[in-house]
Amino acid sequence: MFHSQLHELMEMKMKKRLAIAIAASGLILAMGTPAIAGEKVASLRGAHDLVATSLKPIKAKVISREGGFERSYKQQPPMIPHKIDKYRITIKNNGCMKCHDEKHYKKERAPLVSESHFIARDGTKLDHISSRRYFCTQCHAPQKNAQPLVKNEFEGLK
Amino acid sequence: MTKGQKKGTLSILVIGMILGVVLWGGFNWTLELTNTEEFCISCHEMRDTPYEELQDTIHFTNRTGVRATCPDCHVPKEWVYKVIRKIKASNELYHHFVVKDVDTPEKFEAKRLELAQHVWKAMKDTDSRECRNCHDFDSMDFDRQEARAAERHQEAIDNNYTCIDCHKGIAHHLPEGYEPETPGGEGDGEED
Repeated sequence: MFHSQLHELMEMKMKKRLAIAIAASGLILAMGTPAIAGEKVASLRGAHDLVATSLKPIKAKVISREGGFERSYKQQPPMIPHKIDKYRITIKNNGCMKCHDEKHYKKERAPLVSESHFIARDGTKLDHISSRRYFCTQCHAPQKNAQPLVKNEFEGLK
Repeated sequence: MTKGQKKGTLSILVIGMILGVVLWGGFNWTLELTNTEEFCISCHEMRDTPYEELQDTIHFTNRTGVRATCPDCHVPKEWVYKVIRKIKASNELYHHFVVKDVDTPEKFEAKRLELAQHVWKAMKDTDSRECRNCHDFDSMDFDRQEARAAERHQEAIDNNYTCIDCHKGIAHHLPEGYEPETPGGEGDGEED
């Protein structure tokens, strides 16, 4: 007898709790949902369609210009006025030096590497190119007739 | 000649002809089989280094889609020279199977200068014969070349330079310790 009474009481308690829980979640849903729906997630891309903006890039060939390019400012590393894809710079060999080193520049009518490139970190003059100047393409780059991605009003100092 | 003798001579002649065609054909067929890129790179020494390096160069991919494979540059086209080269290649087999002195990238690198010098010498001795199978000064349009290239090519014709004199390291990497030397421009280039 006593046992079944207790059981009934517990069942009633459970039902009450369940009802409260359902009511509470309903309230939260009712209050919360409109708030989320009203806030549209905006893409950083804006209204642009993902596919529409992916235009095929225009291909530009490396410019070959005799006499080289004029510098835009004093001490600008001169730009490379020819293709360089056939020359490799590796730990073993530097393809640029086939023409631009002291031994060959006259014959090849290539500009000689600047004297500054033979000076080591501590100021001593070396008879070979300094290791910190070894990777030519770190500063010197071939040029293409590419359109600037962003409008640029820079004018060279000359 | 009796009837039997006549028959015998005729059959020997026919068998000889058939045997000749089969053997000669078989010989040339085998020769050509060893004259393919596939054969060259069936050894890892060739596949892992020289072939790998070739793939970065203009002789492998280019604007017009013409490709030079290993034998195009390294095996003569003319039959006699081809067979001589094939006999010389037994030395390469000796080094592959017996000496094993280029079977790791490190060993290859250590021998690279020596190997390259062998090839350069062979090309110089033949006046770059294999290059000239495709590249001919007579069919070169200097107007389509860059100014510096056109000038140097004219100079090469005038002074009988050969292709390999300038064009080293164009299909494989240059070896460590290689000192560039331009024909007619050795030393400090003071000659004008």
